[in-house]
Amino acid sequence: MKLLVPALALLALLLPVSATAQEINGADTAWILTSTALVLFMTIPGLSLFYAGLVRVRNVLSVLMQCFALTCLMSLVWFAVGYTIAFGSDGVEQGAFIGDFGNMFFANITMDSVNGSIPASLFAIFQMTFAIITPALIVGGFAERMKFSAMLLFSTIWLIFVYAPICHWVWGGGWLGNMGLQDFAGGTVVHITAGVAAVVAAMVMGPRRGFGSVAMPPHNLTLTVTGAGMLWVGWFGFNAGSAVAADNSAAMAMLVTHLSAACGSLAWMTMEWLRHGKPSVLGIVTGMVAGLGTITPASGSVGPAGAVVIGLSAGVVCYFATNFLKQKLKIDDSLDVFPVHGVGGILGTLLAGIFCSTQLGLFSGNGFSDGVSSIGGQLMVQGTGVISTLIYTAIASYIILKLVDLIVGLRVSDEEETQGLDLVLHDERGYDL
Amino acid sequence: MKMITAIIKPFKLDDVRDALHDIGIMGMTVEEVKGYGRQKGHTELYRGAEYLVEFQPKVKLQVAVSSDQVDRVVDAITGAANTGKIGDGKIFVSALEQSIRIRTGESGEDAL
Repeated sequence: MKLLVPALALLALLLPVSATAQEINGADTAWILTSTALVLFMTIPGLSLFYAGLVRVRNVLSVLMQCFALTCLMSLVWFAVGYTIAFGSDGVEQGAFIGDFGNMFFANITMDSVNGSIPASLFAIFQMTFAIITPALIVGGFAERMKFSAMLLFSTIWLIFVYAPICHWVWGGGWLGNMGLQDFAGGTVVHITAGVAAVVAAMVMGPRRGFGSVAMPPHNLTLTVTGAGMLWVGWFGFNAGSAVAADNSAAMAMLVTHLSAACGSLAWMTMEWLRHGKPSVLGIVTGMVAGLGTITPASGSVGPAGAVVIGLSAGVVCYFATNFLKQKLKIDDSLDVFPVHGVGGILGTLLAGIFCSTQLGLFSGNGFSDGVSSIGGQLMVQGTGVISTLIYTAIASYIILKLVDLIVGLRVSDEEETQGLDLVLHDERGYDL
Repeated sequence: MKMITAIIKPFKLDDVRDALHDIGIMGMTVEEVKGYGRQKGHTELYRGAEYLVEFQPKVKLQVAVSSDQVDRVVDAITGAANTGKIGDGKIFVSALEQSIRIRTGESGEDAL
């Protein structure tokens, strides 16, 4: 083996240049162009509408504004430093924890640069859409009470110090990826980081005024259902696009993603029907998000039957997690980001370690990572990914929140909160009916 | 002259309007209101957060009539709005001192 590597390198030198240079594949490029648009569509308007409907009428614009402004600002942060911390530059040996800084301001991304079988520019913007939606997901944790300025500052620092490094650990050549962590589309990178940051933010900032005593029902569930439908469609780009190719892996990812969304929806709906007596609209769409978030890390690892089990368990586990956080722990994670995305991300990352096995008959998946030979071994790797992501995100998010609190203050005043963020922070009202 | 105010179940509005039309009542004013009496409220559940909604949606309808029409109007509303279930609503009859038709300046029962 030791002799083989230099021998191959020598052989490569002898081949004509065109055979060794990475070549752009048209089909792959077309699919990732499409996927990139789909993932951006998840944030604006999908997630924005999903969240906007869930808040009270006086804060509807504030969450739409937060998601939209994050789309703009996170793009620039990704361009400036985020991308290079996560992925470094081509041809440079990558460290275990962060990428090299050679690609700041997309310095190495030109018309001719290639990443795998697609243009490097396309890979950069495809990943950019993930860096947009992850901070946007956190918005649900601190909705209806955070200052807009504090939200922008927090998200900027968080993208640089939490999202980008963890993205590197898993996808950028860092230690978790090298260890064999199976996280196809972002169970750890996106959903655990967003979920944990949201619940930490909710705890640091405290509950909304009147939480637990005043009714805070969603003001417009039709917006929420509209956004949910867009999320489901957009998620095809998120998961099937994560194959970074137009191939069998992308197609299977789309199939398992869809099945899991369907099963998560039905499972949550059934839980409410059994326990409350009626199936709710909010329940079925929340189950959909749980099913999608949970299949995300597993979407490149499992087969269709495994996806059904993952989706069903997502609907049930996230349902109980939501009730537990709200009713027992009394934490005001306003739009339930942790119990749906965080718990779903954890569950999916772990279940990927089981249903990737090729020995489960109908429930078999695509196999263990290199160097791993059993479900137990793969679960150890998956567990390491979950725990390290969870602990690092919690600590770093806590520090960033405290820092932002010192600089600009996290919360609006009690009076402003009662009046509503739309008027107080933006001088606008969502509806003039 | 009397002012008749009825609080009824929203889905009975069309029946009540038809019944009043049949006895010659040509105008009324309707509002959507909320309230509760002996009928209990309902619970709403949003992702595990349960809210007791005490106020029920109702329709309030007002008709100004001459004193000799009161019994027929009350009978018409009672007959049309009755379901026999709790929450059917109430009818209030109160004295009405004056009425004026703005367009013509007519007053009293001529203005009804």
